[in-house]
Amino acid sequence: MKLDVVFRIAAKIFIPFMLVFAMYVQFHGETGPGGGFQAGVVAAAMVFFYAIIFGLDAAQQIVPPRVVELMVPAGVGIFAGVGVVSLLLGENYLNYSPLGPDSPHGQEYGIILVEIGVLVTVTGTLVAIFYSFVGRGR
Amino acid sequence: MISEHLPALQVVIPLLGAVLCACFKRGVAAWFVACVASVAVLIVSVGLLAQVYDGGTISYALGGWRPPFGIEYRIDIFNAYVLVLVSVIGAVIMPYAKRSVEQEIPADRQAWFYSIYLLCLCGLLGIAITGDAFNAFVFMEISSLATYALIAMGRDRRALLAAYQYLIMGTIGATFYVIGVGLLYSMTGTLNLVDMANRLAGIEESRAVLAALAFLTVGISLKLALFPLHVWLPNAYAYAPSMATAFLSATATKVAVYLLLRYFFTVFGVSVVYADLPISWIFLVLSLAAMFGASVVAVFQNNIKRMLAYSSVGQIGYITLGIGIANETGLTGGIVHLFNHAVTKATLFMAVGAIFFRIGSVRIEDLGGVGKQMPWTAGAFVIAGFSLLGIPGTVGFITKWYLGLGAAEDGWWWLVILIVLSSMLSVVYIGRFVEVMWFRDVVPAARRAKEPPLSMLLPTLLLTGATIFFGFDTRLTEGVAELAAQWLLSGAR
Amino acid sequence: MNLVHEIVGHYNHWIIIVLMVSGLYIVVARGNMIKKLVGLSVFQTSVYLLYLSPGKIIGGTPPILSPQFTVYSNPLPHVLILTAIVVGIATIALGLALVVRINEAFGTIEEDEIFAEDEDE
Repeated sequence: MKLDVVFRIAAKIFIPFMLVFAMYVQFHGETGPGGGFQAGVVAAAMVFFYAIIFGLDAAQQIVPPRVVELMVPAGVGIFAGVGVVSLLLGENYLNYSPLGPDSPHGQEYGIILVEIGVLVTVTGTLVAIFYSFVGRGR
Repeated sequence: MISEHLPALQVVIPLLGAVLCACFKRGVAAWFVACVASVAVLIVSVGLLAQVYDGGTISYALGGWRPPFGIEYRIDIFNAYVLVLVSVIGAVIMPYAKRSVEQEIPADRQAWFYSIYLLCLCGLLGIAITGDAFNAFVFMEISSLATYALIAMGRDRRALLAAYQYLIMGTIGATFYVIGVGLLYSMTGTLNLVDMANRLAGIEESRAVLAALAFLTVGISLKLALFPLHVWLPNAYAYAPSMATAFLSATATKVAVYLLLRYFFTVFGVSVVYADLPISWIFLVLSLAAMFGASVVAVFQNNIKRMLAYSSVGQIGYITLGIGIANETGLTGGIVHLFNHAVTKATLFMAVGAIFFRIGSVRIEDLGGVGKQMPWTAGAFVIAGFSLLGIPGTVGFITKWYLGLGAAEDGWWWLVILIVLSSMLSVVYIGRFVEVMWFRDVVPAARRAKEPPLSMLLPTLLLTGATIFFGFDTRLTEGVAELAAQWLLSGAR
Repeated sequence: MNLVHEIVGHYNHWIIIVLMVSGLYIVVARGNMIKKLVGLSVFQTSVYLLYLSPGKIIGGTPPILSPQFTVYSNPLPHVLILTAIVVGIATIALGLALVVRINEAFGTIEEDEIFAEDEDE
């Protein structure tokens, strides 16, 4: 597969757009279909795609397993952390209202932050699952 | 200020602890985090119980969305009791966990082990604290998935098989639960349990609601290992790491029992569940089958962990017997047995874990004379064993006393006799191992065994002390259980 | 005529029931561990439909407030099922991971062969 020029060139062209698409889905999430789950899956698919074309080792050089392992708790940490921030600001857990100048803005910022947490965890989890299944028995 | 946010902290602390644990590479650091989190959780749950005891039901609107629209955490006397039960076991077991986990889990997985343990704790506490039907499902799956992973970390390859079988059974159970919730949701349009109970008034007899009750009962019964839905339990407990077995046997099934009681008494109501349907009889018969069937199987086990696992199935029978009797005394007996069995079984599994730590085997032929080598550990096993039999002065007696009284109140003397007879079976299966441990010559496998490290021995002895202490001073356990039973039977709001 | 209407009108329920029962059947009847997981997945999928199909309101629009519309579909089932799908994925992923390790430990993923092997020990 490594020698196949068509695949490698196509991959190099596609992958940046996949990332852009993931980001589009991510930040479009409040106003249209999309959000952290979907974006996370697209971002993870990008890593799978790269690994399928260039091999697992090449993919693990770009996205090291240790980073992936840290992404899983980091995303949950962001999610839970946002809730703790609202606790510290004197509101109920996960009430985003005090995060912004007024309640609607606070809710908006809160959701964006939480969705980033979801993105990080979903990407991390899926890549971790992929790595552990593909890396098995080598 | 902090005291009003205790309900959220109850679940968030173990969750954040799990996140932190997963970031570490070294087991010791993760163990320390898990320790701090477990103790903090215990403090929070005791604080909640105190608040509920003084001030009545607490309602906490998650995210500031007021119920019934948002997720509500609702704490009353009954689930405050369950929260304390789970967190006490979680906190006591942590010092014990360190050495046991170091021995049984590969070094590179220890941090993950603690992380998963905290997730499991988070899920169990979440089921108990939430007042939202679907949220309970999510927490149920968090705890169950964590449980499957914990079991699969056992050293024996059969642990994998046990985890897989539990995964299949557990997922079917959880899916049944969601089907039940889905039917209720389509009938009432709400997921808040209190709101649901109000809206069910008048449509209790509809076929969809009865089907929902059936699905919920079967689904949760799978999780709580009600006979004959218990087949996942013996292998899962037998091959899981010692610490996981002790924790799960004491907490996982108890929380499922709590959820079942919550649906029976607070959502559907006594009049639907007991007056119109034969649920009381179903539970009586299945409980008796568990008490006798599982105990008879336990007699023939040569693996001590498997024996205790089958005994767990039997003991769960006593708890569900309380549900079947369903008068105040009987229900008190069932509820108090949640705590009593948790303490007793945790002690037994911790003692067995300590023996495994020194001998490396849990088979009966390797246990000969262990009592002479490890008198404290084996002594703890004997005392907790007494509690299983229901000898006066131990917590097990309290349970059987109340169950017996409850049965007698209904005039079911045959049931009182059956309760006593089933205790005789536990004499046989516990006695077999006690005899081997204390009265046989020391076998070669046990020759070099000595007492486990203090970090393992002290928590075991602490729980042993609790089985005796709460056998004499029942104000705390039985008092709260009685309040909870009264509250449940009075239509619970 | 009424009976036909009853039957055809509830076609979503029929689909749900067929999926539910066939999923459960696969779990019970198959010895192959991967096939069991497939059955489990089908079983769970039927529940997704159970939630989603009553959430659709004929003529309803997505629930974004607007003066032009008065009938909205219920968004809550979708949110719930999004969660349930994620839970389902986690379960299946864990199940498959266990099967991979079982295959490494026992050399087979057929339940009867594993039990036969276990007997010998």
